[in-house]
Amino acid sequence: MTWDFDRNRPIYLQIGEEICRRIVRGDLPPGARTPSVRELAAELRVNPNTVQRAYQELERNGVLFARRGQGSFVREDPALVGRLRQQIAAAAARRYWTEVAALGMSPEEARRLIAGVIHDDKSSLR
Amino acid sequence: MSEWALEVEQLAKKFPGVQALRGVDLTIPRGVTVGLLGPNGSGKSTLMRILAGVQRPSAGEVRVLGRRPGRETKERVAYVPEVEHLYPWMDVDEALRFTAAVFLDFNPDRAEEMLALAGLDREARIGDLSKGYRARLKLVLAMARDAELVLLDEPLSGIDLISREKVLDGFLRGHRPGETTVVITTHLVREVEPLLDRVAFLKEGRVVLDGEAEALRAKRGCSIEDLYREVFA
Repeated sequence: MTWDFDRNRPIYLQIGEEICRRIVRGDLPPGARTPSVRELAAELRVNPNTVQRAYQELERNGVLFARRGQGSFVREDPALVGRLRQQIAAAAARRYWTEVAALGMSPEEARRLIAGVIHDDKSSLR
Repeated sequence: MSEWALEVEQLAKKFPGVQALRGVDLTIPRGVTVGLLGPNGSGKSTLMRILAGVQRPSAGEVRVLGRRPGRETKERVAYVPEVEHLYPWMDVDEALRFTAAVFLDFNPDRAEEMLALAGLDREARIGDLSKGYRARLKLVLAMARDAELVLLDEPLSGIDLISREKVLDGFLRGHRPGETTVVITTHLVREVEPLLDRVAFLKEGRVVLDGEAEALRAKRGCSIEDLYREVFA
């Protein structure tokens, strides 16, 4: 499967977000080795330099660390998953609010709508 | 060793009745993948032939890997023209051995790996291959060399979706980032743009815009494809 990213935004940022999602979902648990630059570039069909840049950025932000000659690993920080989860969820919430606000929805309507969506989703799971 | 893979200054090329290049200025650092983008007739293939050393400029300066294009640069440059350049009577294996005999930088292990990835049969006669498979073979032969510069002229044009994906996958497998500089010309911007470090837009024989692909996306808030539309529409 080809990962379909938003071509209007820098790709390295989106690769970073994808790695963070994999960490939160548990596909890449703390301490796990990330795919090599070459593997991930082939999987996502992007330039390896772009993957390299995404990894460097994640190292700077304390998400990954590099072991010389062995590749990149997810930091073994107990707070990491919670922090990333919060970041990703907050970004999704902002996207939701931006979109419904642009449609002219009031904060109250937006809250009711999302509460309704959560309610319906819960009942469908039963 | 020059830090630049390509240095092009006020390059012009005139054919009888046609001014193909009208003063191209372009510098490309080593180790990056560059998309040379522009519509038909913008001068892409002419520029590639000059970089490959198979055509001489009418005016201006060209440095490829720090030197004037010629015999010495040809040994270090893998050039894949858009036209069919393989002998139809050869089989795949003969084409590989021919390339290995001509170019000292041929890497048999990578050739083997890429051949399998492309789904090419060593015994198939080139004349019998479909256009898509011939395109895959052209790429294998170029990427199997440890060339310092790879020039791919329209590697995806006129071939089916699966062959295009195979060519892109082969490119990613064979490419050595940071070591090899790659120039790809194409008008299939959407498919190629995730592979590019840099882009240069060629319009009517001049470079009208060039830069880092990610920086352009961030600055303009749009894809390279959208930018292409803006420049050429």
